[in-house]
Amino acid sequence: MDNKVAEGVFFLTGKDFSNAGAASSNLKGVLEGMSVQPDIIRRAAIAAFEAEMNVIIYAVAGMMHYYITPETIRIVVKDMGSGIPDIGLAMTEGYSTAPDYIREMGFGSGMGLPNIKKNTDRLDLDSVVGGGTTLEFIIYLNKDSKGAKNETL
Amino acid sequence: MTLDEIKNTLNAAVLSKREDMNLNIVRAYCADLMSDVLAFSITNSLLITHLTNAQVIRTAEIADVKTIVFVQSKRPDIETIALADTKNIPLLVTDLSMYEACGKLYEKGLRS
Repeated sequence: MDNKVAEGVFFLTGKDFSNAGAASSNLKGVLEGMSVQPDIIRRAAIAAFEAEMNVIIYAVAGMMHYYITPETIRIVVKDMGSGIPDIGLAMTEGYSTAPDYIREMGFGSGMGLPNIKKNTDRLDLDSVVGGGTTLEFIIYLNKDSKGAKNETL
Repeated sequence: MTLDEIKNTLNAAVLSKREDMNLNIVRAYCADLMSDVLAFSITNSLLITHLTNAQVIRTAEIADVKTIVFVQSKRPDIETIALADTKNIPLLVTDLSMYEACGKLYEKGLRS
């Protein structure tokens, strides 16, 4: 990729399904513009999209920050939501508290957080019940860093 | 398999404006769960689904899905078609069920 850095933020509104995914789409465009490898773009876009959908589905509002350097893509998603009581359970494939109307849209199958973990190299999830959730993940751009996959920050 | 061959195999209608009927598709995936598409679909593939909301287009864009076939005569609204046009994702609709659509494409050699 180009030897550039980039940083930005997207504001996310809960239940705004008409714009759900727009932030991740924009982020994907930024990465394409920086000539990041397509497989890495896909991983970053999928992780960002799942995180964005979690904010849209579960929170009142949130922000997605991205920081891109020649070495890493770091994304931090903070939301004003009800928080996650049991993070271990939330990370379990198939566990979901989504209501039926979310499932009818094709989401809420309990694959979001596991899917984010699968597509990222480092993941940190911090949540306070009643105080919101902060999700941070990193994808390394250099193959040398692959050994660090699925570390916890 | 070209988009034109997929259209003819499924007796499908093309909904979007910017279709390239010579677009070559080598893999297909069917799902109604968008997280499954994100988790398991293959890049540059065809997505076969019942769902017609805007999130299907967003999911396709994010997962590098090349084109979408809606089965059982399910049609997205105008806004969703317009979104697909802006993302250059061709949309097709067929009267066939998902089972039949997948079967016919598999028979023609399209694999997952």
